[in-house]
Parts: sequence; structure tokens; C-alpha cells
Amino acid sequence: MEHEECRHLLGELSEYIDGTLEAKLCAEIERHLLECERCRVVVDTLHKTVYLVQSTASEVQVPQEVRQRLFKRLDLDDFVQK
Amino acid sequence: MVEEKRDAMFSLEALKGGNRSEFARLVEANYQLIYRLAFKILGNQQDAEDALQETFIKAFRYLKDFDGRSSISTWLYRIATNEALMILRKHKVDMVSVDEPLAEGEEEKEPLQIVDWCCMPEEELMSSEAKQTLDRAIERLPVSLRLVFVLRDIQGLSTRETGEVLDLSDTAVKTRLSRARLRLREDLSGYFGDRMIALQGKV
Repeated sequence: MEHEECRHLLGELSEYIDGTLEAKLCAEIERHLLECERCRVVVDTLHKTVYLVQSTASEVQVPQEVRQRLFKRLDLDDFVQK
Repeated sequence: MVEEKRDAMFSLEALKGGNRSEFARLVEANYQLIYRLAFKILGNQQDAEDALQETFIKAFRYLKDFDGRSSISTWLYRIATNEALMILRKHKVDMVSVDEPLAEGEEEKEPLQIVDWCCMPEEELMSSEAKQTLDRAIERLPVSLRLVFVLRDIQGLSTRETGEVLDLSDTAVKTRLSRARLRLREDLSGYFGDRMIALQGKV
């Protein structure tokens, strides 16, 4: 296992999975992934981690009473869209 | 750009002139985003609600000074982030500076958990226990990494917009996002690794 190379590429993996990394570094990572099982797992699970975060992000709902108290505090009761 | 489209919905002139009906529309369009941001940074409903209210109280007070250099929602995010930080300061949570360079405790950590849990069934990956594990992992992030992570991956801001909200360079945003994601991956791998063993035991 080429630990030195793994460490060197670790900081680039986040941009790699976003698809925003420059082509030269992408190629370097892809070459490395062909021969490094460990980094393949890190890339796949990192990708999945971001996917899980993003797909559960919109699940935070604002409780109805929080919205009501907000409009009351701002003295905007008259404008609340029912 | 989504943010700009959102801004086009409002009359800046009316907002700056203190028009309450226009302000109510601005609140209506943004309160959910601001609450979610505050909730993910602060980790509880009461603090999130306080930050939400303070954000719009300040916004109404300072709208007349809004210079239009950023979008209104980016400007609201700035106020909300500062409010959240003030609440954290009050609670005296590991108050590191948000400014560059990176403070101690935020360095890159080498991955230790090497388990391929990607192929686990969706109901495992999305179970309420898995989501709680994820939420706790987000809460454990150092504040400066958490802010960048929440703005980028939860609120969906671009690197540039995140930098505008936090006064950080693109490079600093990318570095912090990378470190935050790697830490979350590490925590999730620990959890899902255990789940895989537990599930195998059942077969």
C-alpha cells in the first residue's frame, strides 16, 4: 500500500467526488484508485456520506408554532399567509 | 443562480424603505432556510428559534444599509451565522475563531475506518438511527468546519457563496469542507461497520 500517495491525495477526494477537481489531479487519483483498494473504499463511502447528508437535508421542518411566534415577534401578524 | 432569482422576487426599494408587507414576504420566503441553518449549527430547537428571530429583527433594522453586493439571502445567511455563533459563545462551546488559518483540532485526519458499507440496503442507510448518528457526528465537528459543511452540503450554497457568508477564501472553504466530510465519513463508517456485523450475525 502506497501510504505516502494515499495521504497526498486525501485532501483532494472531496473535490474529486464533486467533479470540480482539475483534470490532471483527477487522472492522478484515478490511476491511484486502480491499485489502491483502501482509497477506493474511502472514495465510495465519502461519496455515499455526502449523498446521505444531502438527501436528508430537507427533512428539518419548522414547527408551525415557531413560524407563528416569529411573525408575532416581528409584529407581522397581519401579513401571515394562512 | 437560484439566489439571484429569489432576490428578483423582492423590491429592494420597498424593503429598504421599511415596507412591512414586502418584509413579510421576505420572511416568508426565507424563514425555513434560516431555521434549518440555525438548527444544524446549534443542534436544538430552542436555540434555532432564538437565532431565527434575532436574524430577522436585525435584518429589518439594517436593511436600509444593505448594499446589494451580495444577494439578500447570502446577506441573511451572514446575519444568521453570526447570531448562531453568538449563541454558541454564550454556551461557551469550543469557541475557535472562524477566521483563517485553521485552528488546532481541525487538521486532516487519516482515514482509519475502511469498511465498504455502500451496498447496504436503503432502509439501513436511511434508518432513524443512522440519521441520528449523522446528526451527532455533525454536532461533534469543530464549529469552523461545521459552519462550512452546513452551508455547502446542507443548505446547498456554492463555494463562492459560502466564502461570502463566512469571509473565507475559496481554498479555505474547500479545505474545511473536505475535512468535515472526511470526519463524518469516519463516524458513519464506524456505525455502519457495526451494523454490517450485526446483520451478518442474523443470517
